Amino acid sequence: MAEANADIIRRDGAERHFGAASMDIIRLDGAEKHFGAVRALAGVDFHVAAGECVGLVGHNGAGKSTLMHMVAGTLMPDSGRIAVRGGIEEHYSVPRALELGIRCVFQELSLCPNLSVAENTRINHASLSGFGWRRRAAELIAAKLDEIFPDHSISADDIAGALSIGRRQMVEVARAFTVTQDPLELVILDEPTSSLDAHTAGQLLAFVRRFVASGKSCILISHLLGEVLGNADRIVVMRDGKIVASDAAKAFDRDRLVTAMGGAEAREKITAEIAKREAGPLRVRARPARQDDGKELVAHAGEIIGLAGLAGHGQTDLLLAIFAAASRAKTGIEVTAPVALVAGDRQSDGIFPQWSIVQNIGIRSLARLRNGLLISPQREAELATFWREKIGIRTPDMNNNIFSLSGGNQQKALFARALGSDAKIVLMDDPMRGVDIGTKLEVYDLVREEARNGRTFLWYTTETEELDNCDHIHVFKNGRIVANLRRDELTEEKIIQSSFGDAA
Amino acid sequence: MLRSLLPALSLVLVLLAIAWLNPRAISYFGFSLMLNLAIPIALATIAQMFVIAGNELDLSIGTFVGFVGCVTATWLKDAPLIGVLILLGSIGVYALLGALIHLRNLPSIVVTLGMSFVWQGLAILVLPKPGGKAPDWLLSLMAFKPPLVPFPIIAALLIAAVVHFGLMRTSYGVILRGSGGNAAALERAGWSLLRTKIVLFALAGLFGVLSGMALIGITTSADANIGNGYTLLSIAGVILGGGEFVGGRVSPIGAVLGALTLALAASPLLTFMHIPPDWQVAANGAILIIVLAARVLISRRER
Repeated sequence: MAEANADIIRRDGAERHFGAASMDIIRLDGAEKHFGAVRALAGVDFHVAAGECVGLVGHNGAGKSTLMHMVAGTLMPDSGRIAVRGGIEEHYSVPRALELGIRCVFQELSLCPNLSVAENTRINHASLSGFGWRRRAAELIAAKLDEIFPDHSISADDIAGALSIGRRQMVEVARAFTVTQDPLELVILDEPTSSLDAHTAGQLLAFVRRFVASGKSCILISHLLGEVLGNADRIVVMRDGKIVASDAAKAFDRDRLVTAMGGAEAREKITAEIAKREAGPLRVRARPARQDDGKELVAHAGEIIGLAGLAGHGQTDLLLAIFAAASRAKTGIEVTAPVALVAGDRQSDGIFPQWSIVQNIGIRSLARLRNGLLISPQREAELATFWREKIGIRTPDMNNNIFSLSGGNQQKALFARALGSDAKIVLMDDPMRGVDIGTKLEVYDLVREEARNGRTFLWYTTETEELDNCDHIHVFKNGRIVANLRRDELTEEKIIQSSFGDAA
Repeated sequence: MLRSLLPALSLVLVLLAIAWLNPRAISYFGFSLMLNLAIPIALATIAQMFVIAGNELDLSIGTFVGFVGCVTATWLKDAPLIGVLILLGSIGVYALLGALIHLRNLPSIVVTLGMSFVWQGLAILVLPKPGGKAPDWLLSLMAFKPPLVPFPIIAALLIAAVVHFGLMRTSYGVILRGSGGNAAALERAGWSLLRTKIVLFALAGLFGVLSGMALIGITTSADANIGNGYTLLSIAGVILGGGEFVGGRVSPIGAVLGALTLALAASPLLTFMHIPPDWQVAANGAILIIVLAARVLISRRER
């Protein structure tokens, strides 16, 4: 920590200094950033006032993450200025940001999976040391979890890696709001609800409102426009590395936001398109392991089946059981066609990090790509090029490493892997978390098109809106199916009712 | 649950086998004899564990133990001050290796494989022919006979307790393990990864020095090749003790248990089983494969 340097506060006109200090927690003027030839930020002016919740929206790759990395101190702008409470920061950095009370919950989960919840809390607090630090850390995080998620059932001794992805996100969010010696002024929440179900997401957003009401500030990044519209005081829209709109949240509605973000137009619900299809041959018949009544999941060719309910109530387990049953017979599960899985936790379960985009797409179809004993690079490239066009993967070269893609495009590559394979059944494990609305709409279209062509989709999702694409919805609770709804019967209330009902 | 008990379980199994084959071995004298070499193996395993905790691997620990042994049997006895300086300096070299691996982003396997030849060469320079003699204080320390419980067991408990406290219970130990679990998260929280890597390697160097000294205290004289087998033994000990190669998942208590298991399985058990010396190394490998396979099966079922 270069404390001597960091403490230099150059006053830049006395009035401005004092005027700004009372209002702005952070202000960026003309921030620019290039990564090689790519311009990630083109001269952005951005500020957050005390007691304000700023919503930040834009497609993946619009520059939101880059901007937030600058606010959090993990990236320095190539040019432009950063001022915190009116004082220009010459040597802004992560330790300096933390000292000033600015924190960030990054989109990719940043807990250490080998450490306990309490130990992960310790990592963010240098002052949690010396005698009795374990007890203090445990109390600190437990109190904050109780405050934000009253019925969380997470113990401070739980090992982070053993928690479900939703619980990990809860811990991470709660940790960002714990206070020891450093002040807490501004928290950046980057897709904080992407792995949370509607219930816990509601708890978190209610907490954010309380936090802001107490005079602190928050930046909320979310692809769920309703979340931003309902909780932000002001909304900033980014496109192509620039801020294209910034206004009070009341001045926006869904359509105006989508238009400002550019790209896919807002769309009417597709409920009209119910047009009852003929049920094709049976593809999947599965009973969850813990199901004690006769309910089971049945999917025919051409159907899209939704798996709903609170996160972590057995949906993923059933998908994995079906996946396993495709290669090895399993009691209670009948699968009649090849299966592919689109993973939800794409970093740990989906992507081969060392491989190119082409290789990542081709891995599920190696049998078809073979030429004699070897994989034919030509056929591999053909497959990848076909899906690049069809699904719109944005990259200059499909032979680049998969990590050169933005998160949404990585997810598209995983879809291409599944859809490009011979699988007649596609299992989707909440694959759209943290993906921007433009990508989502494109993928929804594709899923429906593929279903019309006879493919079967089993789709677990934590976003109720996505269930509109499904023909049947099964609601899960405690590892069992508790309700089975047709799309025309589907309402958010019904799902919540079943998820919380005492049926079990 | 079962998984965390596995290191202890495998040790108990080996002990039961020995007790069944030769009940007289289960005695004060028997344990002192059988576990004679367990202390240096345990110390080398702990050294390796620190390196593995940071997602690296040390292929030079064996020849390093040999080098330390040669210095202990010569300089440390004849000119203690110079001997101490050499040993401290070698810990410093370990710390520098950690810094080099971090700063240049080099694979630790390559760096430490190279270093293993350096240590071996230095050991031969210090002691070209087997010989030398351990300092008297070291000899009397290692020959210590406490009442009731044999010395190797007390030493193992002490090592396990000290390292467990340091790595698993202190607040900086959390940071050290976190650097193996999610280095990016640690850096974002403002911790220096350079520092964690230096500390982990320096600790490995420290325990490597202790291992070499303990070894010479037992064997009384040194040989440049004396520690060569320790590289693989130490890695096996860490894994046997419940550690994993990546992800910062290590256990000091498990590592010590793993080292004890290996020390017992290495020769006492096989001798009692009347396996001829020619086959003991192969039999040793078979035992390792069985125990590690059991570990994988159990952890898979618990998932």
